Amino acid sequence: MSWDTGMPLLVLASSLLPGLVIFFLPEERIVTRTTLNLAGATLKLALVGVMIWGALYGHHYETRLPILPGLDLVLRADPLSILFVALSSILWLVTTIYAIGYLEGSPNRSRFFGFFSLCVTATVGVALAGNLITFLLFYELLTLVTYPLIVHRGTEVARRAGRTYLIYTIAGGTLLLLGTVWLYTLAGSLDFTARGFLSGLGGAHHTALVIIFVLLIGGLGVKAALIPLHGWLPQAMVAPAPVSALLHAVAVVKAGAFGIMRVVYDVYGIQFAATLGVTLPLAIVAAVTIIYGSMRALFQDDLKRRLAFSTVSQVAYIVLGIAIVGPVATIGGLVHLVHQGVMKITLFFCAGNLAETLGIHKVSEMNGVGRRMPWTMAAFTIGTFGMIGAPPLAGFISKWYLGVGALDGGQGWVVFILAGSSLLNAGYFLPILYAAWFKAPPDSWPAERSFGRRETAWALLAPPVVTALLTLAAGLLASAPFSPLQWARFITTLEYAL
Amino acid sequence: MPWLHWGVIAIVLPLAGAMSCFLWPRRAIPLGLVTALGIVTCVAGLGWQLVEQGAQRYAVGGWGAPLGIDLYADGLSLLMLMATAAVGLGVSIYSIGYFNREKARYFWPLWMFLWAALNALFLSADIFNLYVTLELLGLAAVALVALAGGAEALTGAMRYLLVSLLGSLFYLLGVALLYHSFGSVDIAILAARVESSPAVWAAVGLISAGLLLKTALFPLHFWLPSTHASAPAPVSALLSALVVKASFYILLRLWLEIFPPTSAVLGQLLALLGATAVLWGGLQALRQTRLKMLIAYSTVAQLGYLFLAFPLASITGWTGALYMLLSHAVAKTAIFMAAGNILYFGGHDRIADLDRVVQRLPLTVTAFALAGASIMGLPPSGGFIAKWLLLEAAIRSGQWWWGGILILGGLLSAAWVFKVVGYAFTRSRAPHESRAVPVGMEWSALAMSMVAILLGLFASWPLALMEIGLPFGGKGAE
Repeated sequence: MSWDTGMPLLVLASSLLPGLVIFFLPEERIVTRTTLNLAGATLKLALVGVMIWGALYGHHYETRLPILPGLDLVLRADPLSILFVALSSILWLVTTIYAIGYLEGSPNRSRFFGFFSLCVTATVGVALAGNLITFLLFYELLTLVTYPLIVHRGTEVARRAGRTYLIYTIAGGTLLLLGTVWLYTLAGSLDFTARGFLSGLGGAHHTALVIIFVLLIGGLGVKAALIPLHGWLPQAMVAPAPVSALLHAVAVVKAGAFGIMRVVYDVYGIQFAATLGVTLPLAIVAAVTIIYGSMRALFQDDLKRRLAFSTVSQVAYIVLGIAIVGPVATIGGLVHLVHQGVMKITLFFCAGNLAETLGIHKVSEMNGVGRRMPWTMAAFTIGTFGMIGAPPLAGFISKWYLGVGALDGGQGWVVFILAGSSLLNAGYFLPILYAAWFKAPPDSWPAERSFGRRETAWALLAPPVVTALLTLAAGLLASAPFSPLQWARFITTLEYAL
Repeated sequence: MPWLHWGVIAIVLPLAGAMSCFLWPRRAIPLGLVTALGIVTCVAGLGWQLVEQGAQRYAVGGWGAPLGIDLYADGLSLLMLMATAAVGLGVSIYSIGYFNREKARYFWPLWMFLWAALNALFLSADIFNLYVTLELLGLAAVALVALAGGAEALTGAMRYLLVSLLGSLFYLLGVALLYHSFGSVDIAILAARVESSPAVWAAVGLISAGLLLKTALFPLHFWLPSTHASAPAPVSALLSALVVKASFYILLRLWLEIFPPTSAVLGQLLALLGATAVLWGGLQALRQTRLKMLIAYSTVAQLGYLFLAFPLASITGWTGALYMLLSHAVAKTAIFMAAGNILYFGGHDRIADLDRVVQRLPLTVTAFALAGASIMGLPPSGGFIAKWLLLEAAIRSGQWWWGGILILGGLLSAAWVFKVVGYAFTRSRAPHESRAVPVGMEWSALAMSMVAILLGLFASWPLALMEIGLPFGGKGAE
């Protein structure tokens, strides 16, 4: 096995093996566990870096293991998978640091970090999957390994949330399985191919292909939290903050959105999907989700629930970009996969800091919190402005491309959706900022912990500041080489054969 | 014929083991373990021979059919022997910790006897030998069920004995009819001579009814849940993983070789019953409040899957059913072992009172969850591969509704697995006494569940072994 065939396996192993070792570590071996966590995350980032560099110099990273006659387990680094794998390995490192700080002193950390590592392993597997069955395998694995993280606290509420999560995701996985098998019986292949591999099938199969599309998108839409399959996401908020951050920004919802990309671009091919007439309905579902999520977010007082509904809305932007036929919109969808991740993880880190340091869980308790925790709230402010789409932040780039792409693709109505959604975003974020910065703080916070002269622990403060800076950088340096935008453009040239 | 050493030894060795465990009860554990390792070696050796030389037929004592006793080994037999060996080794190690000295002296001889009956059954080449082995198997199994002692176990054992005898009786009547009509009990000879006639149809009906009763296909499953739940955990594992599969194996073998090709209606009927079993067993499992009862009902559901292959009648379908059988055997063993650990630990198996076993028995809960993933058919696991193959066969044959049953069954299994896992995280209202579980019991459960997962990653090897001698290449594949 050469380096080129082993590389994807190494990327998986860099989080799998530390995870398995961590399970067996006694609770009090904090230093060993932290070292393993950080070493795994750093190593993965380094390996992904090598992989990107190698891919540019013509290396073809692919691992194939036979699982069934005629079907292989394929792990491959193509441009689209690199986009996702880079996002998840960067954010994993940051989240690991945050989680170490967040869970300090709480019970069952070995179990937590074990599953945390497995969760990232599954996400990276989803990213690197080179065909639909491999994708399915890691997608289901992701369901299983996130469950213990959601029920981590062991309360009755957590158990219920876990149950809801499973009902949705297992049902979704089932649809995906059904669609995949059916597709396999029709096409005889499941390998992801730029511009799809189905357009050669005759017209007699088109009805079946439309049904399969619905099955696949239905299965993926559960994790991507498309309406009406989003019900699990707000409930899963009972999980610890790093888990919410991971679920919303990196792993679960992203796996769903990424899967939709794969199905539309690399299984059906965007042009063929448009011929089948399935892209417009998908765009409409996404548009409805955007508006509905934002409307619901307006009325949540619980900060994490408000952020959760915001996720429902923001992830649908990605799907909207995918569903509009035309290269510019595609760029918008692809780049928002990264941008939404970076922005949303910032917001969840900040929400976690407020809860851990001051015991704040509700928006109505946030009056004047900007004076007590200026760094956290500064990061939060950048994240929210990014979400609203204010220039020059990352969110602006996404929305700009989506808007222009919609006009290009002859879907003018989308611009109104985008504008309305931005208004709603402002409607549920700006009052928070106003309260935090301009209202007078209360006499005492709900449950304050003191960290000396600092506003909170280093491990909690550094991650949101870093991701806020990334949000800024992704917007300001959008034209620099290797920015998410440039990479998204590169992928788009492949998917449209430009 | 060198392979025969392996096949015959695989039958004789456990018999010898049973004798020695009986004669030297104080040494039963080491004797039993050595025998178990020996059998595993024999099966591996047999597998090697089959890979090298293809399917093998051997006349014991050099007499040959129709006078003597023939043994026959192809991919189908090999897979069954391998499943038995894997489960058998795991159960042997598990039961060291599970049984006290008093129970162990009875367990080991009976278990070795059961193993011998299983191996002989999977190697038999004629339908009368199959009857003999089936009867031996039933008697050994009944005795093992009674091993738990107490009224519940004895009632279960008594009911099981009656069902088992009744099933064998029906089977024997069918065998007699076939022998009367065609003058032979050898499967290969019968396959050549058999033709559609009222006598044959009566025989087919009797044989099927007897075997279905023993396989506990809905609605003949009534005896299974209480029997499997009341037995000691290692015995429950053996019953669910292997014993009910043995009668299924006979049915499959006869279906593929002897039954007239016009039995398509019967195939649809079997699948219909199987589908009902999947749904009914799954729903009943979900309603149970006791862990072992739940697992027993899940066996009823999982047995139903096996029958979905009959109307599909394609190589993919049969392969899927056989893979389902294999992965269910391994996964269900792991689950019963895990349930045994939980019972041993807390002294009860009430699901709502599991009381944070996830912290206190992490290996056991991991084993339960991994094996559960295979049962519900999530990748990567043996159960997933089986489900994939069956789904593929269902869609290709245009009978997608059987695929729908597979999907629904998977959802029901997921529901009960996660119901249990969810309660493993929460506290119970009242604290319970607990005692430490021997390390070997925790690890053997985990090892079995790992095998169930590995079956999903390395499926191409067992799938290749199944093709030796083309067991599904005959009439079944039309």
